[in-house]
Amino acid sequence: MVENRPLLTFFQHTILIFGVLLVVFPVYIAFVASTHEGRALTSGMLPLLPGNRMIENYNTILFGGMRQAGGVPVALMLFNSMVMALSIAVGKIAISLISAFAVVYFRFPFRMLAFWIIFITLMLPVEVRILPTFEVVANLGMLNSYAGLSIPLIASATATFLFRQFFLTVPDELTEAARIDGATPFQFFKDILLPLSRTNIAAIFVIMFIYGWNQYLWPLLITTDPSFTTIVMGIQRMVTVAEGQPQWHLAMATATLALLPPVLVVIVMQRLFVKGLVETEK
Amino acid sequence: MADIAIKNVTKSYGSTKVIHGVSIDIRDGELIVIVGPSGCGKSTLLRMVAGLEEITGGEVSIGGRVVNRLEPKDRDIAMVFQNYALYPHMSVYDNMAYGLKISGMPKADIETRVAKAAKMLELSELLQRKPRQLSGGQRQRVAMGRAIVRDPAAFLFDEPLSNLDAKLRVQMRLEIRQLQRELGTTSLYVTHDQVEAMTLADRLVVMNAGVAEQIATPLEVYHHPASIFVASFIGSPAMNFLRGKVADDGESIALSQGSPLRSEGVHLSTHAGREVTIGMRPEHLAIVPDTQADLRLVVRIVETLGADTLAHGHLVGASGDRAGFVVDGVGSTIAVRLPGNAAIREGETLPLRVADGSLHLFDPEGGKRLVDL
Amino acid sequence: MHKRVTFKGFAFPLALLAPQLLVTLIFFIWPAGQALYQSVLRQDPFGLRTTFVGLANFRRLFADSLYLNSFQITIFFSIAVTVLGLVLALLFAVMADRVIKGANGYKTMLILPYAVAPAIAGVLWWFMFNPSIGILAYAARGLGYNWNHQTNGGDAMTLVIIAAVWKQISYNFLFFLAGLQAIPKSLIEAAAIDGAGPWKRFWSIVFPLLSPTTFFLLVVNVVYAFFDTFGVIHATTSGGPGQSTNILVYKVYTDGFIGMNLGSSAAQSVILMGIVILLTTIQFRYIERRVQY
Repeated sequence: MVENRPLLTFFQHTILIFGVLLVVFPVYIAFVASTHEGRALTSGMLPLLPGNRMIENYNTILFGGMRQAGGVPVALMLFNSMVMALSIAVGKIAISLISAFAVVYFRFPFRMLAFWIIFITLMLPVEVRILPTFEVVANLGMLNSYAGLSIPLIASATATFLFRQFFLTVPDELTEAARIDGATPFQFFKDILLPLSRTNIAAIFVIMFIYGWNQYLWPLLITTDPSFTTIVMGIQRMVTVAEGQPQWHLAMATATLALLPPVLVVIVMQRLFVKGLVETEK
Repeated sequence: MADIAIKNVTKSYGSTKVIHGVSIDIRDGELIVIVGPSGCGKSTLLRMVAGLEEITGGEVSIGGRVVNRLEPKDRDIAMVFQNYALYPHMSVYDNMAYGLKISGMPKADIETRVAKAAKMLELSELLQRKPRQLSGGQRQRVAMGRAIVRDPAAFLFDEPLSNLDAKLRVQMRLEIRQLQRELGTTSLYVTHDQVEAMTLADRLVVMNAGVAEQIATPLEVYHHPASIFVASFIGSPAMNFLRGKVADDGESIALSQGSPLRSEGVHLSTHAGREVTIGMRPEHLAIVPDTQADLRLVVRIVETLGADTLAHGHLVGASGDRAGFVVDGVGSTIAVRLPGNAAIREGETLPLRVADGSLHLFDPEGGKRLVDL
Repeated sequence: MHKRVTFKGFAFPLALLAPQLLVTLIFFIWPAGQALYQSVLRQDPFGLRTTFVGLANFRRLFADSLYLNSFQITIFFSIAVTVLGLVLALLFAVMADRVIKGANGYKTMLILPYAVAPAIAGVLWWFMFNPSIGILAYAARGLGYNWNHQTNGGDAMTLVIIAAVWKQISYNFLFFLAGLQAIPKSLIEAAAIDGAGPWKRFWSIVFPLLSPTTFFLLVVNVVYAFFDTFGVIHATTSGGPGQSTNILVYKVYTDGFIGMNLGSSAAQSVILMGIVILLTTIQFRYIERRVQY
């Protein structure tokens, strides 16, 4: 900025630091809680620094699970979440790429109809059709399965739109050169369009992975078998127990584990992710 | 190697006709240049030959085969695009090899062909680079390399030099000319630059508003333009156009203002009494003693180019008055090209004479050539 | 809308679209249609017969004080979440836009909550505000306030609002930041030369130019507050205490899934659908216009 106002700069940093604290504090507290033994938390003394029970707590939760919440090992939950998140991310990307390709590069009857059908999904989040969707999945025998967890969530309009937008910016001449070179539409897609889409694919992958990992309502609905619990939905069981207080240290350990993978992905792929996010919504 | 026959080709978008029945016969090994202003339809025509645009009417044959319904890849052609159209994520080698790879050619053959083309175009050192690491001229060469390796029946060039700076353009057009001669491949080349057209073409096709106004060799087009449009488009600075009239006996022509222009060798009984547009090129006017002058030019602007001097101004009669001259064209000025060392001052009156055999008479309505004198 | 250069074909593109269309039809359109259909039916108490009842389910809902209460709470909740979320995010974005040192570090930290699921966010704040062992409840008691979200509806609502806002700050922040960085520096410099101080510059130039982004985020945040916050409620207050945090999307779940009241749940779903369609249409209409400038 043009002016040099030290007071303003100080103020800026203060606000930003406050913002960072606000953001980080809950996570920090959760982590701290996860490293103490249960009694330390309920004794009325509130720890602000990490304790020394980190390994034990995480061990218990990962491989033993919380007794009160059904005793499902969190390691299994992590695995389920990973399978679900990856399936959703990969599935969404694959489907959206080919759909966008079809919509942009071909002219055929019903094209606009197909486009609108895809578009409608933006207006139908699962929350507005809870029961009927559950029924459909149940009727198809997809309850308590990885397929049921992921397939109903992979028809994404946002990814399709993003790829469509990107394809529209690819110069026509590249397509013409490819046609003259003798490429079939499929070869054009594989040899030219896909490599050019690499950054977009990576950005969308980050967003979709987080979306998939953080799914809550859907896994809740369709899994009754505890061995299909995902970690994000599993938290709820640990925190709202019928008798007595929840075992907070274990619950917080689970919470920490639940938020770790997406946070890591975001931090590592930050630039890509931000670009993808801002582009998607345009 | 093949000839290309374009027979009465038309193109319409919906009810709008943009190309009105163009016919060109291109002989095997010829370099034909289609030249014309933006929007005249030259690129559309080229793309119809390539198979990138539907042919609304008429027929295109390559090597004797009618290709109207064939996909570009089945027409045995290769195209060089204005924006190069190189695949950004592939190396120079892969760009050139892509078409061959798809057609299933064995790897060794591909390598030989690409190496040969690269050598011809001086790209051998750059084969592993990506397009973004190349200069404009290098990219254009890669685009040409991609066309050359396919060894097609014909090359199609779509304004390939338009994106290059002036100096590079001059150099590249010589290279293209040389290359085409060496390879002997029939070529169809589109440009809006008339200098490029004149230097490259075996024959020119001058197009205007979807119509091919003249198809002839460069010199023919220069000396005997078929219409006012062709005459004004080819040659720089542009031809001067004055209004005049053929005498009632057809034995002389005069300018609109009345002063006589030429009578020796004028036998125009067929056009007797007719109003005409008279064209004369700036380079065919010379300064003469006043008694021999056909025209008198009062100089308004002098452009000193070093090798030439261009003087622009308006015409005056023998008595020095401006009335009566009708000059077509921007600014209604006449231009004359003089030697570089001619010291001309603004406001000077130059007595000028048109060289023999350099008058072009056109029909003012429709612009068609009537006769060259 | 589409490219000038296209490939020919009919079966091939349709085959490409088939997977997405199939999943959409089976898992989106069909259930939505079912919801519409079920919303005009009523099941008898034994689940043996269903009768067509027209708009009776809807009329019943709007006469139901619990439903109206839920509606009210949801509106309050979404306004609070939206306003807080936007104001805080804008503040952070403006600050982050202007600092030179450490901008990237701040940015990385501030986008953290985006990666956290709403349910987890809820649980984290739930823990911190836990009346017996929560550190923030402890701090509140120190200030003289007896925090208990398990008995006090207002506390519960505050809790879920904070959790929801916390989670959404990153998203808003990123968009505001992008919007700010798209404002040509020359405009701001011109204003500075004209004598406007930072405060004035912000309100007369930056904020108006940011309005497309603001409007966009407004709609997104409202949609978020209405729908994506299910996890926050379910993992913490379960709609309570009493009905104080029973937002619409949570009520649909309890009435339908737990209470097994098909007709009512379907009718509620349809109403929610209407709201989403309205909001999304506004969003797209407006964006279309925005793109034109």
